[in-house]
Amino acid sequence: MQKPKLALYWAASCGGCEIAVLDIQEKILDVANTFDIVFWPVAMDFKYDDVRKMDDKSIDICLFNGAIRNSENEEIAHLLRQKSKTLIAFGSCAYEGGIPGLANLSSKEEMLNFVYKESPSTISVDNGFPKTHYNVQEGEIEIPELYDYVKPLKDVVAVDYYIPGCPPQPEQIWKVIEYILSGQPLPPTGSILGAGDKTCCDECPRERKEKKIKKFYRPFEIIPNPDECLLDQGIICMGPATRSGCGALCVKANVPCRGCYGAPPNCLDQGSKMISALSSVIDAHSPEEIGQVLDTIADPIGTFYRFSLAYSILKRRDIQ
Amino acid sequence: MSFEPKIIGFLCNWCSYSGADLAGVSRIKSAPNVRVIRTMCSGRVDPTFILKAFQLGADGVVVMGCHPGDCHYQEGNYKTMRRIPFLKRIIKDFGIEQERLRLEWVSASEGDIYAKVVNEFTEEIRKLGPIKHPSCKVKLEKVLGG
Repeated sequence: MQKPKLALYWAASCGGCEIAVLDIQEKILDVANTFDIVFWPVAMDFKYDDVRKMDDKSIDICLFNGAIRNSENEEIAHLLRQKSKTLIAFGSCAYEGGIPGLANLSSKEEMLNFVYKESPSTISVDNGFPKTHYNVQEGEIEIPELYDYVKPLKDVVAVDYYIPGCPPQPEQIWKVIEYILSGQPLPPTGSILGAGDKTCCDECPRERKEKKIKKFYRPFEIIPNPDECLLDQGIICMGPATRSGCGALCVKANVPCRGCYGAPPNCLDQGSKMISALSSVIDAHSPEEIGQVLDTIADPIGTFYRFSLAYSILKRRDIQ
Repeated sequence: MSFEPKIIGFLCNWCSYSGADLAGVSRIKSAPNVRVIRTMCSGRVDPTFILKAFQLGADGVVVMGCHPGDCHYQEGNYKTMRRIPFLKRIIKDFGIEQERLRLEWVSASEGDIYAKVVNEFTEEIRKLGPIKHPSCKVKLEKVLGG
């Protein structure tokens, strides 16, 4: 019998998702035995043309990680959609824009100017600035065009399933692969796989009390008690507004949840959920007092929408 | 065509909705721009509702609740008192003018204050003009049917 075909691709991502696939450890050999890997730019030598020559819908499963940041990301997303039976948005960036999505708080010009001209560590000898076309001796070369905004995968192509996480946890990835291989009927299109349907707090082993917060601390400002809820101690922990599935890894390491598994079920906007949760536990009863407590939160938008900005209701800053 | 602001008003059942009702039965003139949604408590107004209202094309959102200390549910309006300034900071970061979101305390006996708030807010939004954020392009008419 022919082996099912598997493709993996990275768009705007850090490469952590690829490491997460390898982190299933010796089971990666089972993956290699079970699947015919037909495309995996980070690990194997395939060209885009090899994919173009494949028959439509010939790839059984495509794990697509990374957000859509430039024209190359989008082109390959369309190509892989055409060639794949099941396209899975793999990891926070493909699912909801992820960390690259935070760039939606700046315009493309602001960002390029900072990176290529203004940043203190930039020494620009020839005023180099990225261009999509450039003439060299051998002819014209072309690089992909950077888009104005970062989009999650679902904004450019139809996505069958989502696996959240930055990166998705190896045991969760393995569970999904095992499930698909078992031949059981697949869940409805649009489902979130490899994650729970509660919040991160549900998996957290810390002791919770009634919360009354007068001041928020950044993690470096205090040494947290390892047994008590981090939010009780005034450290912003995204647990209440984050989907379960990771096993509360960060909080077990004394670090607050950053929200990488995305919004919990039936929640449209992770950041506003967090505002709702925090507003209920702030111990202040006058506008002035409330203002003082809110002032102790550094970078609220970047904290509450760290992974989900491009997927949120408003998606980006209005730049005018 | 001149610009008519579309405003969504979330009014608490116990105080502000009755206040709006009183404004009506007292025949106090107030701008017709506010589309009222009755909630059991101003504390029931999830920040997501407000963002969703902006996304669907509302030019302004006003949340009205009982005066602090008068909440039917004891402290629901204190949650609102923290939530709205908190959300204002966030919408500012998204590039939406903070003035488009407003919190007011209106009791059941304050029909005149309801009318004053609605008139003032409508004029303020009229000066600001239609909401400009690129994610807020859906027209409210389509959702509300006129």
